[in-house]
Amino acid sequence: MSDSHAVATTADTGHVGAHAAHPPYLRHHFESMEQQNETTSFGMWLFLLTEIMFFGGLFTAYLIYRNWYYPAFVAASHTLNIVEGSLNTLVLITSSFTMAMGVWCAETKRKNGLILSLVATLILGLGFLGIKADEYHEKYVKDHIPGHAFPGHAFDAAGFVHPVAEDGKPAEKALAPDMAAHTEVYFSLYFAMTGMHALHMIIGIALLSGMLWKATRGGYMDGNIAFVENFGLYWHFVDIVWIFLFPLLYLISRYN
Amino acid sequence: MADLQAGHETHEAEEHAEHHIVSPVTYAIIFFSLLVGTALTIAASYWDVGPWNPVIALAIACTKATLVVLFFMHVKYSSKLMKLTVGAGVFTFLILVGMSLSDYFTRAWGQW
Repeated sequence: MSDSHAVATTADTGHVGAHAAHPPYLRHHFESMEQQNETTSFGMWLFLLTEIMFFGGLFTAYLIYRNWYYPAFVAASHTLNIVEGSLNTLVLITSSFTMAMGVWCAETKRKNGLILSLVATLILGLGFLGIKADEYHEKYVKDHIPGHAFPGHAFDAAGFVHPVAEDGKPAEKALAPDMAAHTEVYFSLYFAMTGMHALHMIIGIALLSGMLWKATRGGYMDGNIAFVENFGLYWHFVDIVWIFLFPLLYLISRYN
Repeated sequence: MADLQAGHETHEAEEHAEHHIVSPVTYAIIFFSLLVGTALTIAASYWDVGPWNPVIALAIACTKATLVVLFFMHVKYSSKLMKLTVGAGVFTFLILVGMSLSDYFTRAWGQW
């Protein structure tokens, strides 16, 4: 540390008094806190852009297959639980709002507010995963999990060839057997996309728990809130992915 | 809305953007807008407009995503470097997805 001090003072002669008062968390290779913060969020955004490209590949695959096997995608999409899907959208948007409030509390040094916001975000995040797990279980019961990983619950497209009316809902349009077989493609993409999204939620919840633990011990109250801000960026990004997943997976031609 | 604008105009010329604290009022307005957007996209999916259904769904989703990026993710209050970075990323994304899709969607044209 003392070496980098020396370098900084000799290399930058116009920097008089720079060491008189700067926060202890300002790294010495940065000129100012503004530069350090900008560098950090720039790096975070570059990471998020790689994530956008990654999810973009999944979305592209989804759109190509949806274009090819549209009737299968409509029929398979209609088996999803729209109430749970909408509820999850609500839960995730609310968690984004509570996270944004957490960033504000950290910026304005409100310890209790930060803890409350993070707890709310954590509960909503876990709630999302709980609802998602219930939906996955429904797929298991209906034999809609692609492949035959679960004994006795191999993927079964027969329900799309001979649809039956269930509790108040009229029967779906019957599909020809070859088109019905393509519903497996829809469910593969459904599990790949929502599964990858859920994995991001799980990673987010792990980071969030660590942050909450630190916040309860008085962390982030010294102005060093880069972690809170950049975690916020990550959490909002995961929210944006869901904003696109929800209409694409759940809301295909619901009027049929 | 005036207080949403205040604070960042004066710093445009500076090398690094001054840290701007977005107020809870702004967050609440955006939160409310996102809820309205969600309700709209669900309602629109029960409305039969043929090929326009996915267009409407994606337009609403893009609007919601833009609100999240600009306000929740503070890009509106960030420096030009950040705005350019995000913009360049979205542009590259659209080139990759758009060109792949225009290829796949048009391969079988005229063959039936």
